Amino acid sequence: MSGRSPGINLRRSTPPLIFEGGSPGRSGFFWPEEEAKSQEKIPRNLLRDDIPGFPELGELEVLRHFTRLSHLNYSIESQFYPLGSCTMKYNPKVNEVVARFSGFSLLHPLAPPELIQGALELLYELEGVLAEIGGMDHVTLQPAAGAQGELTGLMIIRACLKERGNPRRKIIVPDTAHGTNPASSTLCGYEVVQIASNSRGMVEAAKVEEVMDEGVAALMLTNPNTLGIFEKNIQAVAEVVHNKGGLLYLDGANLNALMGIAKPGDMGVDVLHINLHKTFSTPHGGGGPGAGPVGIKSFLQDYLPVPRILKGDGSFELQEDFPKSVGRVRSFFGNFGILVRAYAYIISLGSDGLEEASRMALLNANYLRKKLEGTYHLAYPEPCMHESVFTDRLQQKQGVTTLDIAKRLLDYGFHPPTIYFPLVVSGALMIEPTETESRETLDAFANAMIAIAREVKENPDLVRSAPHTTPVGRLDEARAARKPVLRWEPQAGDSDQRSAFSSKLKAKS
Amino acid sequence: MEFPEGLKYSKEHEWVLVEDRVAIIGITEYAQQELGDIVYVELPEVGEKIVKDDAFGAVESVKAVSDIYAPVSGTVVEVNDTLPDSPETINDDPYGDGWMIKVEMSDRDDLKDLISAEEYAEYVEQQKGEGDEEEGGEEEE
Repeated sequence: MSGRSPGINLRRSTPPLIFEGGSPGRSGFFWPEEEAKSQEKIPRNLLRDDIPGFPELGELEVLRHFTRLSHLNYSIESQFYPLGSCTMKYNPKVNEVVARFSGFSLLHPLAPPELIQGALELLYELEGVLAEIGGMDHVTLQPAAGAQGELTGLMIIRACLKERGNPRRKIIVPDTAHGTNPASSTLCGYEVVQIASNSRGMVEAAKVEEVMDEGVAALMLTNPNTLGIFEKNIQAVAEVVHNKGGLLYLDGANLNALMGIAKPGDMGVDVLHINLHKTFSTPHGGGGPGAGPVGIKSFLQDYLPVPRILKGDGSFELQEDFPKSVGRVRSFFGNFGILVRAYAYIISLGSDGLEEASRMALLNANYLRKKLEGTYHLAYPEPCMHESVFTDRLQQKQGVTTLDIAKRLLDYGFHPPTIYFPLVVSGALMIEPTETESRETLDAFANAMIAIAREVKENPDLVRSAPHTTPVGRLDEARAARKPVLRWEPQAGDSDQRSAFSSKLKAKS
Repeated sequence: MEFPEGLKYSKEHEWVLVEDRVAIIGITEYAQQELGDIVYVELPEVGEKIVKDDAFGAVESVKAVSDIYAPVSGTVVEVNDTLPDSPETINDDPYGDGWMIKVEMSDRDDLKDLISAEEYAEYVEQQKGEGDEEEGGEEEE
């Protein structure tokens, strides 16, 4: 089997492929006799050719197959998910209930404004509360993800600077930034200038001053940064940037540490994006699309995407007439269902609840940091905010790396933390527990990490060859990336059973 | 870890072999080891000009994407076109078949900023040892 499955080491029994099950002629349903007869009248040239190897199974077999596959999924609803920088918090079910209200879920996106007043009111209110939380003056909800929020924010900055006479050429990005920051800058036509953080993992105003000139459009800062450290110098940095006519952009990916406690808008930030799928509990990935609203200070409001929602005399309208706008960045109103969920989350927690959520996120992260300190090397000694970054330095002496530790965690039933990011930390293990985990869960995870560190000393091979209990063992990631096999195809020399199966099919047709 | 004597090195972990006016450039053994298995390489085209200290290409490993910085300025005269199809060559033979580009140097003075094998080996040790003083913490049991 390994001959046609590069990248996957099938050492243990995996669930059979659907192509391997069933029997020719088996089916999940049967045509009534009349239907079957009428089918015979369809001219043969209009019938699709048989698909070689197409599986033929009963309904129950198919059901069991996909149920079995679904059990291989890992999600926050099954286990702890401490993926650093991703804020994998629980997505409360009340959000789902609200998003399914027929007044929201059955709306047609082309319905005229007078028929969708409730939806417009929700969007208007959500813009308002997000502006309040971020300390910004206006918010657009259109961007469909964090990175699109970044691009939208940079387009707004570019439009503003262009009107002032020069869009400028460069964006400053610290070495701890998410990869999306330089990518968004490049996409927006800017050149990226990277600056190094200091030995405490922070950006220094003096370092910014060295590279800040009138060619720099903006500095993109993440606060707290990806090391989980609060950028204490943010106001001084803002001053340096503003003095040369640049703008300060805040990547709000880590806003979960600040909600209700501090407002980026009070720290000199001009543009901010917020990841609703992180901080505001809307689903990640397969659970739903994202949303990356952008907040701005009022001097930038002419450039916001259109249409904007305006509150008239007791009703809401969509206004496109903003000639300086960067235009529309997303069809219709962004990912509306996600916006409804975020609104439900904010309203159900209230301002006190949001603040407590952030405080608990900080507490949980620091609890884990303390539990693991000493067993694992901490990249920076600073107290952390919502996440902390460890390294594999103590384990490397036994030839065990971060990747091995991450793989071994799978055997203990945990999703590994983010690994090898941020790039400034060699062998990084970035742990973000979020506020929605109990102390028992945090203890269980810490105990697993400590047990692995002990295994590294006593039996490093056990860790180096992990995982041992998962459906597939260590994946050959390099080969999977170099020569990916994205589609199953029957091949000559496959098992007798399948050859017989497909030859029978051929005989039948 | 090997750092051949006849090569010059940059602190961004590139090596340079000087043959008359041409510099052959690749990444060091330490760089490939830190990156891990390389799965994709992006290189400039023949005739392109590269500028010292600016990125001239990128390598992607299973861990991350990293820029490769030009140790000298000049014009690309040859590119190792086997690398896009077999990027693992850089892991297997960083100083030999894993070479990346040949550049006709525009200013030989650029070489003055590069360091010797011995200096580079010392630099790598420093990089590896950074923060070692924090080691030896009590292990929690």
